[in-house]
Amino acid sequence: MSALTGMRSRVRFPDFIGILGAWWDRRRWYGRWTVYLLTIIGAFLLPAPAIGSFMTPEADWPSVLFYPIGIYVLLAIGLNVVVGQAGLLDLGYVAFFAIGAYTLAVFTTKHGWNFWAVLPAGIIICAAAGLILGTPTLRLRGDYLAIVTLGFGEIIRITANNLDYTGGPRGISPIPHPPSDRSFEIFGVTPLRYGVIDAKPYYYLLLVIIIVVIIIVKRLEKSRVGRSWSAIREDEDAAELMGVPTFRFKIGAFIIGAAIGGSAGVVFASQTTSITPVNFPFILSALILCAVVLGGSGNLLGVILGAFLIAWLPERFRGFEEYRVLTFGAALVIMMIIRPEGLLPSRQRRAELAEGTGGMGALGGEAGPVADQRVEADDDLVSGHLPEVLAGRDDREGGA
Amino acid sequence: MRRAYSRGLVAAAAASALLLSACGGGDDNGGSSGSSGSSGGGSATIGFMGAQTGPNAQLGINISNGVELALQQHNAKSGVTQVKLIKYDTQGDPTQATNQAKKAITDKVVAIVGPAFSGESKTADPIFEEAGIPNVSPSATAVSLAQNGWKFWHRVLANDDVQGPGDADFIAKTLNAKTAAVIDDQSEYGKGLADAVRKQLATDGVKVAVNDSINPDASSFSSTVNKVKPANPDVVFFGGYYSAAGKLVKQLKDGGVQGTFMSGDGTLDAQFINGGGAAANGALLSCTCSSATGSSDPAVQKFATDYKAKFNVDPATYSAEGFDATNAILQAIDAGKTDPSDINDFVSKIDFKGVSKQIKFDANGELANDLLFITEVKDGKLAFLGDTTQAKPSA
Amino acid sequence: MWNDFTQQFWASTVDGLTNGSIYALIALGYTLVYGVLRLINFAHSEIFMLGTFAALGALNLFGISSPQTGLALVGTLLLMLVVAMVASGGSAVLLERIAYRPLRKRGASRLAALISAIGASFFLQELLAIWLGRDQIRIPRVMNKDTLFNIGSGQVRNDKVLVVVAAVVMMLLLERFVSTSRLGRGIRATAQDPDTAVLMGVNIDRVVMVTFLLGGILAGVAAALYGLFFELTQYNVGFLLGIKAFTAAVLGGIGNIRGALIGGLVLGLIESYGASIFGTQWLDVVAFSVLVLVLMFRPTGILGEQLQRARA
Repeated sequence: MSALTGMRSRVRFPDFIGILGAWWDRRRWYGRWTVYLLTIIGAFLLPAPAIGSFMTPEADWPSVLFYPIGIYVLLAIGLNVVVGQAGLLDLGYVAFFAIGAYTLAVFTTKHGWNFWAVLPAGIIICAAAGLILGTPTLRLRGDYLAIVTLGFGEIIRITANNLDYTGGPRGISPIPHPPSDRSFEIFGVTPLRYGVIDAKPYYYLLLVIIIVVIIIVKRLEKSRVGRSWSAIREDEDAAELMGVPTFRFKIGAFIIGAAIGGSAGVVFASQTTSITPVNFPFILSALILCAVVLGGSGNLLGVILGAFLIAWLPERFRGFEEYRVLTFGAALVIMMIIRPEGLLPSRQRRAELAEGTGGMGALGGEAGPVADQRVEADDDLVSGHLPEVLAGRDDREGGA
Repeated sequence: MRRAYSRGLVAAAAASALLLSACGGGDDNGGSSGSSGSSGGGSATIGFMGAQTGPNAQLGINISNGVELALQQHNAKSGVTQVKLIKYDTQGDPTQATNQAKKAITDKVVAIVGPAFSGESKTADPIFEEAGIPNVSPSATAVSLAQNGWKFWHRVLANDDVQGPGDADFIAKTLNAKTAAVIDDQSEYGKGLADAVRKQLATDGVKVAVNDSINPDASSFSSTVNKVKPANPDVVFFGGYYSAAGKLVKQLKDGGVQGTFMSGDGTLDAQFINGGGAAANGALLSCTCSSATGSSDPAVQKFATDYKAKFNVDPATYSAEGFDATNAILQAIDAGKTDPSDINDFVSKIDFKGVSKQIKFDANGELANDLLFITEVKDGKLAFLGDTTQAKPSA
Repeated sequence: MWNDFTQQFWASTVDGLTNGSIYALIALGYTLVYGVLRLINFAHSEIFMLGTFAALGALNLFGISSPQTGLALVGTLLLMLVVAMVASGGSAVLLERIAYRPLRKRGASRLAALISAIGASFFLQELLAIWLGRDQIRIPRVMNKDTLFNIGSGQVRNDKVLVVVAAVVMMLLLERFVSTSRLGRGIRATAQDPDTAVLMGVNIDRVVMVTFLLGGILAGVAAALYGLFFELTQYNVGFLLGIKAFTAAVLGGIGNIRGALIGGLVLGLIESYGASIFGTQWLDVVAFSVLVLVLMFRPTGILGEQLQRARA
């Protein structure tokens, strides 16, 4: 986005995020840690019935908190590493979710493993799957990568459907729950009692995983790895020239994203006790991508918000019944028109955009799309629009 | 498992009328999750669980209509426990079903009609089992559901293991087929049914010349047609649902395949004829349910008339099963049972003539009934031929 | 397995080409829009879907419900074609106006445009589902399906020939339009280098609109032929076809008009042959695996990205 238009569009929206960000920057370490701690405590208190009666009057709130909300959040955080940070468009992210879920189902039902043993195994297997998929395909750019990942997602689902080993269309059930400790009780909750009725223990388990993942992802983002990802996202060729081993870092992003998706799959399968290939449709990949972009690709907080909204709104508005998807589709279009950069865009990204060095549009690192055509430059080119046209040159990475 | 309005609404109504005297105001909130509130002869809440929105919503709506009709007729009678209904929309999605099942427990429903589909039954039934809430499915036919030792689970229609072998025997004996092609739609239901047919055909000495699986959402089934055509089978059996079946039968006939097209209850719907057009004529469709068109039973006809009067459409797939499943629960409530486990005990021992069939469960919650009925498509209409021993296809 | 393949070879070839032609017609729309805007127009499948309903509506309006012959048949086909082309072309332009242009004007990312496209796709599907129901709807047979001749096991039917010929003709017409007309030159210029195109006096808004219009018209042609050939439609009929068509476009070299045709036909053949060798349940797996293999050796598809070659 060019300097000119960037400023123009920011005038229209009060810069709450900038103000909030500036406030955040002024906090000392104890201030920040207080906020972190309060957030975590809040997250643990979230399944309370009082909150649930407002959030989802027509469904069991702790269950909804676990799936779809918690699972979507974890998946979105994972996909954000791939799409938001490294700029690789992945349309088949559900594949890793499926692999994680099937790993748990197969190892617990056929080999008698325990949940805690499968969790790391599932993560490793998904990371390996990411490596296997990434090695041949990550040399592709942009939308070629998109269609190949889409195909990979479909291949995984169809293969699971066709193989007898994975139960074919019947899937695998019943999947055992993690080993429980029924006696451990705190504040009237039994957080280690993994049964079918109470979803809270699963929510807490998922919450712990999400917190760990956030810490890891955040550390990575601030490290040399994160900077390399930004460089690749903004301009892959330039990054390569500056000595960033782009292929290795792209594979790295893919593997980390896959591992996070896999962990979500493992926990999901243990809670739902029965999985079939139908659980892993292409549309789930699209929804998670929507969550990432809607929230603000590249910004962890935004991505979490996006996933929460995508998961929660349909549950909240069950009354709409058959108009749900219709409204959802329209809302996506409107949201993108009003805030194409997402609800909570990454501040770093905004800064980059304001400098006019490209940004979100550089997806896949290909030479950019068309410049945005704010300029009616048909025949009256000379009549005073020249500066904007020139500014448009910076837009090559940022067009529609 | 469809359109099965055989005799017995009157019997059911009569039975409940007799029993309700025993009920009176005996609604004592017994048990942890008993009914609450009171009006007239007391009140109770039951749930329906199944798709009300989403791609398979029509089947769920057919059932919930049957449930609503049964409730309306029940509550209209004086002095009975007023029974309220809460609908739990799963969209046919197994993961939503778990959320909704837990919601049903918090709502303290005393019994559930549903879950409608096999997939959601697998995720929701363990929850009902643990919570001790009786559930009667009007439409889930997966064989494996009965093999979990669930005490609170029942279904008012026979499973796919009755239908598949019955279809194969019919193909071998009545149709005298020597070769067959068996195609499925890769769904849990379709593949289960087709596999059962494949197995029994081999036992019956019919050569299964072609096995194939289609993607029901695809437009073109040309590769399947190209496999079937050179084999020239006497019968083409399809395990799957009506929309894919309609497309498939048309492309098979257009491609020059001559054999008789046969399919199961998932295809027994007017939509199959709509999709297949003229190519659907002569197709044979099996079902573990009887049919209203073949029934002269006044009770079944009354059900069909009442249904039409209330919803302005004819009863469709599983409507009668939804009606029967609800009545099984209502009879228990009318017998004064208010606690879910008491209702479950009553329902487990129930024996009455529903509009779809005789409703009586075995120890696993399966129906004690294994008749298979055949319907033929004639001149663009569904013509009921009777059970497999009587059915005489015209072709 | 291998015997099945040889036995069904000609039948698979004929049907593969027919299915491939429909993929190709839809793929042309993806390719055009991608070539100019570098946007995966996810809602293009819904533009196609609207076309099938429009063709059905036209038949109903004129009360045509039985097979026609001679001039009446030609008239019926033209009616279906024109109505579907108008409906699809019009809705494609509308779609661009509502869902993409505001994003383009604000310089939004292509990712945002993709999400907008997904949203539009959901919206259009559900609109039709709520309006006309979720069951498939029959389109009456308007043309008798006569076998013209057989090549081995392959049954060459008049409707199949029509589909293949129409796809090739539309591709040729489109290529001619893009390579010779003034607007076509604008499209190529924009595809190659939008900034310079603006400097050279190209009205990009008009170019983009025409691009969507062309893509929509081709989707309309595909829709009319689809209605004629499969005689069914449904609110979600475009979804799977759209994914396949996009795959075809990438396979041939996205942004490349001939590539879309080649990609469509090749994909149709791969599916057909793959299904006859491995069974129909592996059809999609075979198709996507071949796509990955092709892209590994030719990272920009079979024919490469011609439309914006200069940008590579």
